[in-house]
Amino acid sequence: MLETEINVGAPAAAWREAAPPEALLQARGLCFEGGGKRLIDGIDIDIRAGRRTIVMGANGTGKSLLLRLLHGLIRPTKGEVLWRGRPLDRRGRHAQAMVFQRPVMLRRSVLANLRFALAVRGFTGSERSVREAEAMERARLEGLATRPARVLSAGEQQRLAVARALACAPRVLFLDEPTASLDPVSTHAVEQLIREAHADGVTIVLATHDAGQARRLGDDLIFMHAGRVAETGCASHVLNTPRSEAARAWLEGRLYLDSSS
Amino acid sequence: MGSFMGSLGEAAGLIMALDADLLEIIGLSLRVTLTAVAAACLIGLPLGAVVGALRFPGRSLAGLVLNALMGLPPVVVGLMVYMMLSATGPLGVLGLLYTPTAMIIAQTILVTPIVAALTRQVVEDLHTDYAEQFASLEVRPFDRVVALLWDARLSLLTVALAGFGRAVAEVGAVIIVGGNINHVTRVMTTTIALETSKGNLEFALALGVVLLVIALVVNGAVMTFRASAARMTYA
Repeated sequence: MLETEINVGAPAAAWREAAPPEALLQARGLCFEGGGKRLIDGIDIDIRAGRRTIVMGANGTGKSLLLRLLHGLIRPTKGEVLWRGRPLDRRGRHAQAMVFQRPVMLRRSVLANLRFALAVRGFTGSERSVREAEAMERARLEGLATRPARVLSAGEQQRLAVARALACAPRVLFLDEPTASLDPVSTHAVEQLIREAHADGVTIVLATHDAGQARRLGDDLIFMHAGRVAETGCASHVLNTPRSEAARAWLEGRLYLDSSS
Repeated sequence: MGSFMGSLGEAAGLIMALDADLLEIIGLSLRVTLTAVAAACLIGLPLGAVVGALRFPGRSLAGLVLNALMGLPPVVVGLMVYMMLSATGPLGVLGLLYTPTAMIIAQTILVTPIVAALTRQVVEDLHTDYAEQFASLEVRPFDRVVALLWDARLSLLTVALAGFGRAVAEVGAVIIVGGNINHVTRVMTTTIALETSKGNLEFALALGVVLLVIALVVNGAVMTFRASAARMTYA
């Protein structure tokens, strides 16, 4: 169940009641400080299993930081991240994968990039071969297996990054603005991969500042402002009838600056 | 100028005639240098990669020490190895003083910090790119080091070249522990020093030319290989 920091109206309450009960990931009182500034400030959210949760907000509001905290890449200054009700541990992290805004390609071939990820995640022998083939097909990179990954186009690299993450069979896939630097065709291809992953049961947590993408892909939406959750709810509801001033200003294309930003 | 050109002509004659003494000295020089560089790479590459890629207490100090050791004075290293290997030293029983092995040991000590310090920098830079992906995949420390060394392999060729450059031109340490004994431990640099002091400038110059040519050929070969390999695997 998603917690909000502002008043929750009747439609949001209805969405809450309709929500499936299992919270795969939970943030409780999550805070993170850096450079003497509180960058994430007391976030309480639930990420529900099998849902596509969009984390939205302007640049610098803490979207990427929140994803990294939830994925366990950085430790919170205060608060905790729970995986199925228990503190996030190695097993929980093992069930997660992350795709970054700028895809990290090893200085190897396309296939070797996949092989490395699968090897370090413990896949061996025939299972690894099967997963490699599936990932190549999923990313539609079959003809480029021996090509150095770093010479691929930006769109191909991001498809490979998503396929590599999915090849490791995660239960949760974090995507940090994966299409921010892609053209519409490449964006569509990456979104298609996300849809397919979701259809296969993978829980999606996607950070974006693209309202169109949030509409296309979102089930739930967390709107962030100045390191806090400004508003949460069903994605279509938040996007159509935002209640917080920060979300409303953002969606109307207005500049919204307050003392905390 | 005329004297220099005359010496250069005579040096060319010695090289073209494949003088036996000259070939013996060149052969020993290459054997000592290449063995020392190989040993230094075996130690320095993983050492530098560990310091560059992993976080542990004292890591900054380790990096600082590696950088400082790059400037080890060869004569000091020569003296230390001499004292270790001399008859009264702790390793005197091995009887290695005034042998090519002693020269290899001294050069390895000189070159290892260079290889390790430069490797640390190369690996650290690459790790900056990879760190979040490695953390997300939960890559274990050993696998991190291996992966970074493999992916940085072409840059590390340049590191090995830097080590080769230091070793092949080194004279202070090898003359102390090798003794510059004819047909036993006489290498190019020690011979150049000796023949110059004797006034035999033609032979010294011939060796100098060979030394330069070897350095050029090795560098050229490595850089050519690096460029073509980079086109195939990196971009």
